[in-house]
Formats: sequence, C-alpha cells, structure tokens
Amino acid sequence: MAAGRLWSALTRPLIDQNPITLQILGICSALAVTTSLDTAVTMAASLTVVLVLSTVIVSLIRRHIPDSIRLIVQIVIVASLVIVIDQFLQAFFFDISQRLSVFVGLITTNCLVLGRTESFARSNPPLVSAADALGNGLGYSLVLILIGALRELFGTGKLFGAQVLPLVEQGGWFTPLSLMLLAPSAFFLLGGLVWAVRSIWPDQAEAPDTTPPIPEEARR
Amino acid sequence: MADLNPITAWKRLLALPNDSRGKTIAIAFLTAAICAVFVSTATVILRPIQAANRAAETQLRLEALLSAVPGMQEILDGAEGAQLAAVVIDLDEGAAAKDVTPETLETALLDTANWTALQPEDDVAGIGNRPDIAQIYLLRRDDKVELLVLPIAGAGYNGTIEAMIALRGDMQTIAGMTVTSQSETPGLGARIEEPAWQASFAGTRYADDSGELKFAVAHGPSNSEYEVDGITGATRTSNAVTRMVRFWLGPLGYGPLIDAVKRGEF
Repeated sequence: MAAGRLWSALTRPLIDQNPITLQILGICSALAVTTSLDTAVTMAASLTVVLVLSTVIVSLIRRHIPDSIRLIVQIVIVASLVIVIDQFLQAFFFDISQRLSVFVGLITTNCLVLGRTESFARSNPPLVSAADALGNGLGYSLVLILIGALRELFGTGKLFGAQVLPLVEQGGWFTPLSLMLLAPSAFFLLGGLVWAVRSIWPDQAEAPDTTPPIPEEARR
Repeated sequence: MADLNPITAWKRLLALPNDSRGKTIAIAFLTAAICAVFVSTATVILRPIQAANRAAETQLRLEALLSAVPGMQEILDGAEGAQLAAVVIDLDEGAAAKDVTPETLETALLDTANWTALQPEDDVAGIGNRPDIAQIYLLRRDDKVELLVLPIAGAGYNGTIEAMIALRGDMQTIAGMTVTSQSETPGLGARIEEPAWQASFAGTRYADDSGELKFAVAHGPSNSEYEVDGITGATRTSNAVTRMVRFWLGPLGYGPLIDAVKRGEF
C-alpha cells in the first residue's frame, strides 16, 4: 500500500499529471532555456533538485508553519535553495550558468515549485512529498529535454553541441532553421506537444468554457 | 521561576498553537536566520572558485583575441623585450592612472568619484556612466607601442555588449575584436560572437589620416576599408557595435590615450 502510493506519486506526474502539458505550469523557463539541450538538462536538473529539497523541508516542518505566514516561509526556503544552486552552477558549471543567466534565479518564482510545496508537501509526510516532487521534476525535465532536443537539432543540427546533421556550410545537406532558436518556436513546439498528448489521452482535455451556439440553419 | 532550560523552552515553543503570535514570530525569525546562514555559507565557500572561473574566462578571451591578430604570434615569440602588460589608465588624461593598479581597480571602481555621468547627446554607446579608469593591455617593442587591447562596452538590442578591441601601433587600424559578453537575439544579433565575423575586424581602419572616426558596421557587405560586413537581420545590434566602437575610440573614450600614443608620449 505505502509502496504503491509512493510509486503513483512518482509516476503520475510524468504523463497523466504532467506539470507542463496538463497544468501548463512553469512554461516561462521551459520556453526560455530550451535553445540547446545542455541548458535544458541543467535547468531541468536544477529545478528537480530545488523542488525535491524544498518539498522535503516544507514537509518536515509542516506541522509548525503558521498559516498566516506559510507562503512567505515556503518562498524563503525555495529562494535560499535556488541561490545556493545558482552559486553552485556558477562555481562548477560556469559556461552553462552564463548561458542560463537569470533563469536559474527565476526558479524561485516558478509556479511549479510553490504549487507542489503549497498543495502537496504542506499536508503530506516527507517521503511521499519527495516522491511527488521527484515525479513532478522528472515530468518537467521530460518536456524540457524533448523541446530542447528538437530545438537544438533543427536549429543548429547539433545535439549536446556535437554535429548530428551535416550542415550545408560544411558540405552536408541540412540547412539550419533559425526560427527554432527564437522564442516563438518554443511556443509552437509546446503547443504541438500539448495537442499531441491530449489527442492520445483525451481525458486530459479540458471541458470547453462555453459551448458554441448551434447555427440557425443546422437546427432546422 | 522562569524555566531557562533550552530544550524545554524549545518544546514549549513547538507546543504553542500554530497561529499564536509568539510562534509566528519565532518561526519567521528561525526560518530567516537558518536560510541566511545557509546562503551566506554557500556564497562564501564558492566565491574563490567563481572568481577563478571569471578570471580564466577573461584570460581565455584575451588569448583568443591575440591569436586572431595577424602576425601576433611572431611578435610575441620573436622579439626580445616584447611582452603584454596590463596597465590601468586614466581615460581623461590618456596616461597611466596614479595610485591604481590592476589589483586595486575593482575597489576603485566601486567609488562613484571614479565615474563620469555622460550627457545624453554624448552618450552614443548608451552606457549612461563611464568609468574614468580602465585596465588595458599593451604590447611594446623597442619602446614603441605595437598593440593596444582596450575593453569597450555599449548598449545592444537586448542588453549590454562587452567587448575587447585591439589596435595596431599605427593607431588607425583595428587588429582584432572579440565579444566578451552579450545577450543579443540568438541566431541573429548573437552572431556577433562568431569568430568568422569578428575576424573581419582585423585590418579594418577605424579612422582616416586626419583622425576622423569612420568605422562602421555596414548594412550588408562592407564596401570600404572603414567598414566590416553587417549581420543580416540584426540591424540594431550592428548599429550598436558601430556606436560602441566610435564612442570608445573617440574623445570621450580612449581618444586621449590614442593621441598620447601617436605623439609617442605613452
């Protein structure tokens, strides 16, 4: 029973409850850092680490957080972890941290993190919270890595900086699609991905806000 | 009598109702204090590594810039007494700065007295404030300046562009250029980072014999010895580079230094 609960907390956010494609959370960073695969992977790993640590800490002290200041307490914990991760990246992955620029810092305001600490970790024991956070982090990573790989592959013909598709300039056949390196392409890819996921699993589609009126002719 | 045993005091605190004023303040204070210690520790421990990273990065760019300058390797290897020296200069005087060394430069730049606010009409590079002192690199041979490497900066399309520009001893020709930091549009303006484009700076003249600044990034292919090829789809970044080079090589930038070198006084 307990193991089953852990397993479902870990696996459901991967596709069924994916934070990006189902809940459309945290897409700001998903759009910004996916121009290449290595930044996407670094960002995904940083977010997962911050998410797991912050949910565990919040979950440990959940019985003692006063309701009136709970959001501030959670944000302070998340922000501290983010600063530490950012400093860590600057020290050991200087090159990538230069390219991620402010987006590591913006994990603080990523609604995914606060969403999990506020809605799950605050009312569940640490182990389940950690599994849930890891699942959500991996679900986020999955989408980021997919979009990052597509954008890098079609934008530059590379994966992880290694040439996969030979470029025309170097005597190959592939003409890089510069649009893929611009922000709009991330919107297109993410939109296409959400559409694909909801076509395969129709129960993820939201009910329409309004039903379109039936035209007069059709009623006759 | 008050109970001063810390363990029982802690237990009493935890036993308080969550919404009591005392516990709210205590939890807020504890969270803040613990997080502050955590963040400060990480920052202090990691700072030396980060500083080393940044220094290595600047050094790498400098070496890349120098190796891009045609004939540079021969100058460095061949001549006796030729060596690249870092010097802090006073921009207005066009001479070595008094009392400031490369080691103390960072501290000196924290002092607002060492900065000059630029009038909007003079501020073609869009930098707002200009430092009065700057660290440059120069290469001398037989008491003649062979090469000047100058850091420059300016407002680009999406953020500040920082670069280093190398001038030949004739003080009319650019020997090389490298961008050290930029945040232009990937695939368009960010192409200023491409070595192929930067290589087109080598041998470009930036001023004519009368000393008038004529350097420009062309719109399209360059069609004079004062121009380098423009970048398609990045007009504003190209213009920013033009303005930045003209500002820093002009009278409010390194102009006084360049004049001093021309007169043979530096």
